[in-house]
Amino acid sequence: MADFDVPEIKEYIEVPEPRVGVTAHIAPFKSQEKFQEPLGFPGELVDNWQEKAIEKMGDLLGKYRSLQVFLDICVHCGACTDKCHYFLGTEDANNMPVARQELLRKVYRRYFTFAGKYFPKLVGAIDLTEDVLDQWYSYFHQCSQCRRCSVFCPYGIDTAEISMAAREIMDSVGVGQKYCNEIIGKVFVIGNNLGLPEPALADTLEGLEEEVEEDTGVKVRYPLDEKGADILLVTPSADFFAEPHVDGLIGYGKVFHEAGVSWTLSSKASEAANFGMFIGSYENMRRIALRIREAALELGVKRIVFGECGHAWRVAYSFLNTLAGPFDFLDPNYPVPQHICEFTYNLIQEGKLKFDKSENDHMRLTFHDSCNVARASRMGNFEGGQFVIPREVIKACCNHYFDMEEDTTEEATFCCGGGGGLLTDDIMEIRVKGALPRMQALKHVVEENGVTHMAAICAICKSQFSKVMPYYGFTMDQIVSVHQLVSNAIILSDAPAEQEAAEG
Amino acid sequence: MPIEVNGKTLETDEEGYLANLNEWEPEVATIMAKEDGTELTDAHWEVINFLREYYDEYQIAPAVRVLTKAIGKKLGKDKGNSKYLYELFPYGPAKQACKYAGLPKPTGCV
Repeated sequence: MADFDVPEIKEYIEVPEPRVGVTAHIAPFKSQEKFQEPLGFPGELVDNWQEKAIEKMGDLLGKYRSLQVFLDICVHCGACTDKCHYFLGTEDANNMPVARQELLRKVYRRYFTFAGKYFPKLVGAIDLTEDVLDQWYSYFHQCSQCRRCSVFCPYGIDTAEISMAAREIMDSVGVGQKYCNEIIGKVFVIGNNLGLPEPALADTLEGLEEEVEEDTGVKVRYPLDEKGADILLVTPSADFFAEPHVDGLIGYGKVFHEAGVSWTLSSKASEAANFGMFIGSYENMRRIALRIREAALELGVKRIVFGECGHAWRVAYSFLNTLAGPFDFLDPNYPVPQHICEFTYNLIQEGKLKFDKSENDHMRLTFHDSCNVARASRMGNFEGGQFVIPREVIKACCNHYFDMEEDTTEEATFCCGGGGGLLTDDIMEIRVKGALPRMQALKHVVEENGVTHMAAICAICKSQFSKVMPYYGFTMDQIVSVHQLVSNAIILSDAPAEQEAAEG
Repeated sequence: MPIEVNGKTLETDEEGYLANLNEWEPEVATIMAKEDGTELTDAHWEVINFLREYYDEYQIAPAVRVLTKAIGKKLGKDKGNSKYLYELFPYGPAKQACKYAGLPKPTGCV
């Protein structure tokens, strides 16, 4: 099945002996001129690239105080070394977070510190050479920007920010990653990562309405570009396209239907994802985020709700207001934006949703905390809401729920292995190996508690798991959407009586 | 890696998808499948033809539910699901079938 060795799942996570360069060969396809230019990046490696790269590094150090601090304060204590899923899965020494940071830090020292300028060898400072650039390209694309290491770092050094800076520097000299940059270009031209044009989106949503009506006897709507709707739903385009994502979308629609609110999707903002963050490009991130503002204004909505997408929620929760605000035209009685899980949770708390939990009795569930939701945002109006709310939603509609080991959940959650712009088939080896710690924790609850399915609230996690789970002896359909569970169990109050009888 | 079809050399991208959609002809699918060790049957062609028709109209591959629904209508409900499609195209209907049909690879979080 694979042209690489799939790691063996052991009973406990074993910290491997670091090996040098075992995954140095893994690097995603490079971007081409046609994908670089729409993002404002050079089409190929520029002539004076060293000079330009150092200039860019200086620019970023000036803009982001955090970057400078992270590059200065590491004391090499080693607390982070065994916290990265890519290190645990690959054993490559450069995948220890401190070593990954050092790839950039060594160059930083050389050009930006007194000791590095005059006594480079004494302080481990190195010139930016082509070999170093290759290493950057490889290892900064073996980081999913999940921020797990930062939780364990006594200084809170965030490798994600260092990876983002490295990618931004590389893009600025013409070395971009095809997967992310092609996709960002599609968002600008068509409105979403998939390149799904408005007529196809309309056709797809119409098909879903028919499907849901056939299943339930209820005309649940999946509206597109409806002016004057109260809520704009911004969701990853994978929700329109792929499984199990689409079952989550069906669930959102049923919740809105039951809540009796008017809502709409937008063909302009037909994507929640914002890959501008993955490549560390503020400009591109902002341009992508502004579509949401424009769509909200054009449609005249009062609220914005985000669907199940991990990094989109980070951008939405943490950055949307500064990127695309102020949102003073929205109803101030609601959070801007709100997560779909919070929306559903609130209705559950108010007793406005009824469930038949037995509809999910064929499954025993666990929940995978997505990194960007767990470690880079919050949900609801209480601390830890991002952990509690999705679990409470699952428990409200399922009889059998079990958590995975606590050192693999909540803020210590392990990445699915495909986040941060790595969800591309050309680096399947790193994706499979990076999934090891999560697969191990999953196997544990499968054996201990008879868990059959894992639920997630991130499009990347869902696609990644459906692809990599078979490598570890699971099946691709063992990953489900949280709102898929909601969709299965929700009782639609206007369902025809005979339908309910037939189901009951 | 370009592919040879009926004496012509057709460009492909890094992942083997046809660079120029207009150059597609049925032999493209047959040859690509052969490289994967697959012999295309009528069942495969039903999917490939639907993908091409849909793409002609919408400039994108159909979403999985659009595809399963269409196949279900044509071939019977028992075949209108992704399990059936994965039996035909083990690397995934979106990715493998699109490649044979000469469509670009779906991008994004899929």
